[in-house]
Amino acid sequence: MSVQNLTAFDPFADEGDLGNNQDVGSQQNYIHIRIQQRNGRKTLTTLQGLPTEYDAKKLLKAFKKEFACNGTLVEDEEMGQVIQLQGDQRLKISNFLTENGIDKKTIKLHGF
Amino acid sequence: MASEEPLFDPSLKKRKKKAVAFTEDPLGADADPTAPAPETIESTTTNGDVVDLGPTTAHEQMKLNGEDVAGGEPPVDDDFKAMFGDLKKKKKKKEIPMDLDLGTDSGTSAPAPAPAAAATEDLDFSDIKKKKKKSTKTKYDLEAFEKELNDSKAKTAEEEEEDVDAAANPNLDHVDEAELGENPFAQADAPVGVDAGNEAWLKSDRDYTYPEASSLKLLTRFYASLHAANPSLLSASSQKRYTIAPPSIHREGNKKSIFANISDICKRMHRQPEHVIQFLFAEMGTTGSVDGAGRLVIKGRFQQKQVENVLRRYIVEYVTCKTCKSPDTLLTKENRIFFMSCESCGSRRSVNPIKSGFQAQVGKRSKNKTG
Repeated sequence: MSVQNLTAFDPFADEGDLGNNQDVGSQQNYIHIRIQQRNGRKTLTTLQGLPTEYDAKKLLKAFKKEFACNGTLVEDEEMGQVIQLQGDQRLKISNFLTENGIDKKTIKLHGF
Repeated sequence: MASEEPLFDPSLKKRKKKAVAFTEDPLGADADPTAPAPETIESTTTNGDVVDLGPTTAHEQMKLNGEDVAGGEPPVDDDFKAMFGDLKKKKKKKEIPMDLDLGTDSGTSAPAPAPAAAATEDLDFSDIKKKKKKSTKTKYDLEAFEKELNDSKAKTAEEEEEDVDAAANPNLDHVDEAELGENPFAQADAPVGVDAGNEAWLKSDRDYTYPEASSLKLLTRFYASLHAANPSLLSASSQKRYTIAPPSIHREGNKKSIFANISDICKRMHRQPEHVIQFLFAEMGTTGSVDGAGRLVIKGRFQQKQVENVLRRYIVEYVTCKTCKSPDTLLTKENRIFFMSCESCGSRRSVNPIKSGFQAQVGKRSKNKTG
């Protein structure tokens, strides 16, 4: 005899290797939007942590067209693909992403 | 403060013998009902609602207050009664004051001289009754002492009340914010809201107790002088209002900013400067160093407002408790993970590690290659 409700979940079961779990470091899969100062009034916007289901290359193309700025795709060893845009595009990026169906909670806006 | 001086007069009159009271009262017929009213009513409200004034003499005080209410009730309107049902009940307990209410009410509601005369009689009557009661209870000296004690207590209560009020006073708050620039933080607003509710309540009270139009002026003047005398009340009275001096940012040369009062701010937040600096650099995507005077030199141009924003985020993330919004928290490091434990509610949680993330190549590559 098996009761579904009782066997559904064992809270004390072994979780397995913690290292595999991505949420352990409390560094959830946020999309980080950062800004960096360059010389003078110039700035640089970076977008990091894009979910894998999105094509970074196509997104970059859309960004460039939408914001009328140049940009590039940087391949970083730790962070993976990072989109780099010229100028302060932080708000625009977050608006663009939220309008296109990305949850606002997953976007983290950094910088001043 | 000036308005409180005449408060002592009625009590003095009451202390005098009946005959004297009779002769004197017609003179102070108008002054009698109006002057003592604010004090007595406020004391009762404080007694009845929130503040416990003197636990030792509570009974006597209550009695005195009840009598005071009876004597000084006139300025209270029907609305007021409706609002404070508790007070009315209190009055009802004592049979005698009820009669007085009617008489005295008529006296003040029509300030014309003719009914005033009738009112004076009523008032005198009340005085007599009070004296009878009191004389049966205690000796005159003791009574006088108690009276004064009560008065002073009422005054202190009033002041306390006004402190709380001042915290919620929109004008003063505004000034505060304007001065400090920093820190009407999102979480700091919640307690203020509670205060605001309180304030609305008190204001209605005041409107009734100070019938003159000049009461507002007096009140504002009182607040001004009070807070000029002791500005600590502003922050101390509002329990959870969390204020920090705004960061002072200067420009050093063309490409560097100096954050001068970072050590002060860190002390205020009870955080290690290293942690704060690490966060600042990570958030602003730059680097810098601490100079000999303990100031932080940040590479890049930053305005005070920008740094303020980043600091604000730091406070939200690493200083205020997420459960109770209190800023009294401790940050401790265990096994490379920072834990924040709240001093006021005891909750403990891990906080996100500071990560600077991706740093793009800025400037000449040849300069960067050195490391």
